[in-house]
Amino acid sequence: MGKRSLSALPWQLKLGLLAALVLQFVVHGLTPAPHARAIDLAVPPSNAALAATSLGEPLGLSKALMLYLQAFDNQPGISIPFRDLDYARVEQWLARIMALDPQSQYPLLSASRLYAEVPIEAKQRRMLDFVYQAFLQDPNRRWPWLAHGVVLAKHRLKDLPLASRYAAALRQYATGKDVPRWAQQMDIFLREDMNELESAKVLLGGLLQSGKINDPHEWHFLNEKLKELEKRSQE
Amino acid sequence: MTSKLLTIAHYTLLEAARNKLLRLALFILAIGLAITLFLKQVAITETREFQLTFLAILYRLAAVFVLAAFVIVSQVREANDKVMELMLSRDLPRSSYLFGKLLGYLGVALVLAFIFALPQAFFADLPRASLWGLSLFLELAIVAALSLFCVLTLNQVVSSLGAVLGCYALSRSMAALQLIGASQASEGGGVLSRIADYALSGIAFFLPRLDLFTHTGWLLRRDTYVPDVPWLIVQCVVYTVLLSLAALFDLRRRNF
Repeated sequence: MGKRSLSALPWQLKLGLLAALVLQFVVHGLTPAPHARAIDLAVPPSNAALAATSLGEPLGLSKALMLYLQAFDNQPGISIPFRDLDYARVEQWLARIMALDPQSQYPLLSASRLYAEVPIEAKQRRMLDFVYQAFLQDPNRRWPWLAHGVVLAKHRLKDLPLASRYAAALRQYATGKDVPRWAQQMDIFLREDMNELESAKVLLGGLLQSGKINDPHEWHFLNEKLKELEKRSQE
Repeated sequence: MTSKLLTIAHYTLLEAARNKLLRLALFILAIGLAITLFLKQVAITETREFQLTFLAILYRLAAVFVLAAFVIVSQVREANDKVMELMLSRDLPRSSYLFGKLLGYLGVALVLAFIFALPQAFFADLPRASLWGLSLFLELAIVAALSLFCVLTLNQVVSSLGAVLGCYALSRSMAALQLIGASQASEGGGVLSRIADYALSGIAFFLPRLDLFTHTGWLLRRDTYVPDVPWLIVQCVVYTVLLSLAALFDLRRRNF
């Protein structure tokens, strides 16, 4: 089934088609150009609504929502700094995403590495508190994010008591075999920084006597540290 | 010529009725309302907004899919059964056949838009539901013309449906894509970004601005943007005419 040549078509049809195409270009040109509009982060749907709309795929929905939240700063034609986001809502979104997939580390990574890095102290504290509360629910899995929180509290916020509180929680609750000892020992070194030498000595002495330190180099290092603390406390 | 055109439009509507298209639309309507009742139970706040948003999105997408599928399947069946050849062998100009079919499909689009806009009137106020319904009809008119053009050109169900749905999705998201392209080009994205930006702007000239049609926001809040209805009508008429002339161009070139 071949096609007729273009010359076989009536000129009115060709002209009409051309005119319609030009008219479409004119209409497109006269239409107001799309303009960028910053959209506020909305309140997330309830857990029940999310569970119902996940169609039995909470993990898939969790991932999709995480990408939506993560990309929220980059809306079409406009870029919103993280610091301008409503952190109460960001926190709600992160909590909903974690509820859909409690084993996912993504929301806490975002909280501690993205949202807590903004140069606004109140927002940093809010995110760190969120990470802390989430850590308490599953310490052996979520310890890395609180460990990062200790660093942020100490070096960014310059809030040693807060860092010490987080470090104490790490020592107390993150006791799984996969948790590295440096995370549990952060508390000791923070207490030393805060000049709480007696409590640092007690904690370090207890750690050395517990028999958990199997590496001779590590045992030697910590023992030297204990001696140094004893010497400083006598001065 | 007008009577022939109207006869073809009449038989197209009759075919839609015999294909149980009305029943399918009512079934989708019922499913939507049932899910809405369920949403009412699970949503803690903004229940009405939840219901409206869900209904508006479901009904708009369902209407677009049902109409596109009906136009394409109907035309392919007519071509396979040689009905089109039989009709064109009679004293019937190809333009009458094409515009008669288009008129029939526009009738189907009107029925679908009415059915799917009706429940919105119960959840939103009547003027806003009417505006939404009118916009849905204009959007469906473009989809009907697009489906007719694609199926007359491609002659296959899968490729035609893919082309229509792809074109529809692109038209709906083109404004957002243009904004992303423009912002990347202006933020020093290099030559490739600028080329991509120009290419997007060029493609946009050939597409209807469907991103401005049938917004769910019209149903929800009184302070939200209300469309320029005459402009929507102009866009619909211009693009539908363009597509139907393009379809006629292809039909006139074809040898049976």
